[in-house]
Amino acid sequence: MNQLLSELLAHGPILTDGSWGVHLQSLGLQPGESPDVWNLTHPDVVLKVARSYVDAGSRIILTNTFGASRIMLNRHGYADKTVEINIAGAKISRQAAADKALVFASIGPSGTLLMEGNVTEDELKAVFEEQAQAVVAGGAQAIVVETMSDLVEAGIAVAAARATGVPVVASMTFDSGKKKDRTMMGVTPEQAAEALTLAGADVIGANCGQGIEGYVPICERLHAATGLPIWIKPNAGMPEMIDGKAVYKTTPREFASYAKALVEAGASFIGGCCGSNPEFIREIASRLLS
Amino acid sequence: MEDLKQLYDAIVEGNANKAKSLTTDALAAGMDPQDILNKYMIPAMDEVGRLFEINEYFVPELLISARAMKSALAILKPRLTATGAKPIGKVAIGTVKGDLHDIGKNLVAAMLEGGGFEIIDLGVDVTPEKFVNAVREKGANIIALSALLTTTMPSMKTTVEGLKEAGVRRQVKVIIGGAPVTQKYADEIGADGYSDNASSAVALARRLVNEPK
Repeated sequence: MNQLLSELLAHGPILTDGSWGVHLQSLGLQPGESPDVWNLTHPDVVLKVARSYVDAGSRIILTNTFGASRIMLNRHGYADKTVEINIAGAKISRQAAADKALVFASIGPSGTLLMEGNVTEDELKAVFEEQAQAVVAGGAQAIVVETMSDLVEAGIAVAAARATGVPVVASMTFDSGKKKDRTMMGVTPEQAAEALTLAGADVIGANCGQGIEGYVPICERLHAATGLPIWIKPNAGMPEMIDGKAVYKTTPREFASYAKALVEAGASFIGGCCGSNPEFIREIASRLLS
Repeated sequence: MEDLKQLYDAIVEGNANKAKSLTTDALAAGMDPQDILNKYMIPAMDEVGRLFEINEYFVPELLISARAMKSALAILKPRLTATGAKPIGKVAIGTVKGDLHDIGKNLVAAMLEGGGFEIIDLGVDVTPEKFVNAVREKGANIIALSALLTTTMPSMKTTVEGLKEAGVRRQVKVIIGGAPVTQKYADEIGADGYSDNASSAVALARRLVNEPK
């Protein structure tokens, strides 16, 4: 195993972070606005979010670069700023992390399906390589390819991330099928674990798409299907719209009550996705340490 | 008359080349284009939708079948137009203002097209005015709104309001969908229907076009 990861995991499960987008919205990000562009326009606010997770006890924090691929930024008219936005995102998280946490840079899906034919595999490869190189240039110590639904796209992103030399987490979103144990593209945990292990990921994961209770059995299946460490970041339940605002109903306490079950199911890295915040991280920390 | 069960199977299996050649052959043999569409192609896409809903098919299978349907439809269309055949409805579809995601919207559009509807794809980040124009200028009788983000869902409400203000709300049925969208939200904003997947959106649209205005 990669040295950075083996040192991290020597002392038990590692606490990661929670959501960034919802947090940024409470600090003024407008609906539909690109959160990633804020790395350039509102670095102080992004830094605040990053710090809030370090203060809550996250040993790993991500970066505000989930949607900072050239394809996604192009939709917002910021394609020409792709490299700067990614470098800035990594730098901001490193500044917040200081020597208390490690920075794993987030790379999300391209937002377009290879099968739809609007983008080629070669184009995706170039897009993910550009983003991976930029976050590492900005100081990212690892890369998290996350919220993926298509194994081909995930594989391309993992290869691009791997080429930079830093450790790579590959995480898919399981939100479909009768038991919510498939990705949108129909991928099972076993298929994901096998393909992503082969693609060269150092850690296999699952994030977003459903609440924490659903991720316990998925974690077990991922763990059974690969010898690699497992990374899990569930949502704080599914959102309900109340007075025009999304409300995630799972409380930090309820969320954290599943932390032990996730560790028993084989999770080595635990955090939250949409709807979670530093309170969730604090609660998990107190559960896992007690 | 040749039995076109093979065309049905080609679409369900997502074999575009076979679907195209079978359609060409059927037309050459003098089959009524409307019959080919209604008796084989649309039922095939209904079966694809059913397999999707019971989780035997996932998005990739749906896309492959939709592609087969589309390529067969391209051959059929000039003939359909020549006979003056009308689609069962005209759907103006788009992702609402502020939202740039289009995967879900594209899937719904593909299934609706496979279900016999004419599609006016307005793209992403669509303003209420553009939906209004699609009703006024293009004669859309269904408006389909998509949103992936909880933060852009309120644009669905402003679109419904925009249609009201423009005085065209009664001419159209509004259907909505997207990951965070619920039936409850559809009721709240006064939409005519909600669907939680691309396949049931077709059944919903069919039901609505048959309802009295």
